[in-house]
Amino acid sequence: MKALSINNLTKTYSNGFEALKGIQLTVEQGDFFALLGPNGAGKSTTIGIITSLVTKSSGHISVFDTDIDLSPEVAKSYIGLVPQEFNFNGFEQVKHILITQAGYYGIPEKQAEPRADELLLQLGLWDKRHTAARALSGGMKRRLMIARALVHKPKLLILDEPTAGVDIELRRSMWAFLQDINEQGTTIILTTHYLEEAENLCRNIAIIDQGKIIENTNMKSLLNRLDKETFILYLKESLPSNFVLKDIIYQQVDDTILEIEISRDEGLNTVFSLLSQQNIEVSSMKNKANRLEELFLSLVEKSEATL
Amino acid sequence: MSSQLSRRWVAFNTLLTREIRRFIRIWPQTLLPPAITMTLYFIIFGNLIGSRIGEMGGFSYMEYIAPGIIMMSVINNAYANVASSFYSAKFQSHIEELLVAPIPNHLILAGYVAGGTARGLCVGLIVTLVSLFFTSIEIQHLFITISMVVLSAIMFALGGFINAIYARSFDEISIIPTFILTPMTYLGGVFYSISLLPDFWQNVSLLNPILYMVNAFRFGMLGVSDIAVEIAFSIILICIAGLTSFALYLLNKGTGIRN
Repeated sequence: MKALSINNLTKTYSNGFEALKGIQLTVEQGDFFALLGPNGAGKSTTIGIITSLVTKSSGHISVFDTDIDLSPEVAKSYIGLVPQEFNFNGFEQVKHILITQAGYYGIPEKQAEPRADELLLQLGLWDKRHTAARALSGGMKRRLMIARALVHKPKLLILDEPTAGVDIELRRSMWAFLQDINEQGTTIILTTHYLEEAENLCRNIAIIDQGKIIENTNMKSLLNRLDKETFILYLKESLPSNFVLKDIIYQQVDDTILEIEISRDEGLNTVFSLLSQQNIEVSSMKNKANRLEELFLSLVEKSEATL
Repeated sequence: MSSQLSRRWVAFNTLLTREIRRFIRIWPQTLLPPAITMTLYFIIFGNLIGSRIGEMGGFSYMEYIAPGIIMMSVINNAYANVASSFYSAKFQSHIEELLVAPIPNHLILAGYVAGGTARGLCVGLIVTLVSLFFTSIEIQHLFITISMVVLSAIMFALGGFINAIYARSFDEISIIPTFILTPMTYLGGVFYSISLLPDFWQNVSLLNPILYMVNAFRFGMLGVSDIAVEIAFSIILICIAGLTSFALYLLNKGTGIRN
């Protein structure tokens, strides 16, 4: 079954700006799906329309085969949204926010309370349950928004840049939490600026640019298209003055650091043999840029070039 | 009860409870000021000035103005509650919590209006209790009194909702109460009978809906009114129907809340 189906979705704002130009997109049930794109590409507009925060100009959207225009109440009950900006009442207590949100979905307080407690414990907010939301730290506010989106047990969870401004430790714990709920059957759509996040979490991906989907495929086949990678090599000793790596594209960052660009079919063995021929030892190495980031940039550049 | 009905009932109750909890949580801003202001009205207009005015409509001046003062506080608070609560929800973006939830627009409207009505009635009760320190109250027509105060609160809660939909700043939710609602209330027969006015101004006063509410409410409490109670009820019901339709139209269109 399709968790989400978008057909010919367009949106033109009242100032004439055409934010979406006929989006076609499907997300299968159980998927962990990445929707990526540069700022202003149309990601948040798309999410806004799916969740009824933005009115569309034309097109059709179905959530678990339920048309959002024909049966909005049913369609909305399937969706949980974690928006980009904090949008809770800062004066309300954390637990109240969850119970109130459950109430909006028709869940009585008696049933909502144990669910809220469970989420507060899972997301490390239990000690703050009686605190006014405005007094929480940025990371806690993010977790509160995730808890709020999950309180009615949605089948489709949409996260619009959920880890923006979150430190790496918390980000990783949020990844683990999201992977866990995805394994339990919740379909997840994620937009993020951390492409490493999308690469680690998502199985399928769509890239949107200037209101159009420019790529929609699975993560593996997209990454397979990457033909070049850049590695940084840290050397044990300084390079000799006459150092040369024949037939290899490289850059000497300083005496002990080399930046090497390798095509997929070449591999690193050639580089290592050339280095050992010159008695140069490598102490460590790392991939310079996120692989998805490179692909993303090349796809967006291509799309912009064709416009 | 079908599952959809019961879900909607829970959603409505949640919204109403949230609204009531909000105005109780900030009681120094919502419940206390009208009690103090209306006490001053009773002292200054009722006691100090009223004792020199003498009788009006066959009652002491204090007795005569008490229903109007109660109604004035109900109207102002029902309006202010919805205007500030809904606008704050827009301003802080937590209106999105409601918009993404499976709540039909008419229930969102009903929840906010019920919350505003609850505050209006709560303040009305407080002011009635305050008035008992200054005058005795014997209700002549209980049904008319209660139905008129509830309908008036609903009508002005609807007005507050429409104001909040259009408002783009906190200033814009205080403009209408300051420049329209307050003058209409003062000119709506709270402190005098329109029979004291020249014919022309009597006719002008008849365009003011607050005049009908105050007089019908006064009729319920004291048994005297400048206008026929049936007309008052008809006008208020028409106004409620018109404001409800307009508020729903704006909500369905997404004015001020959806891009």
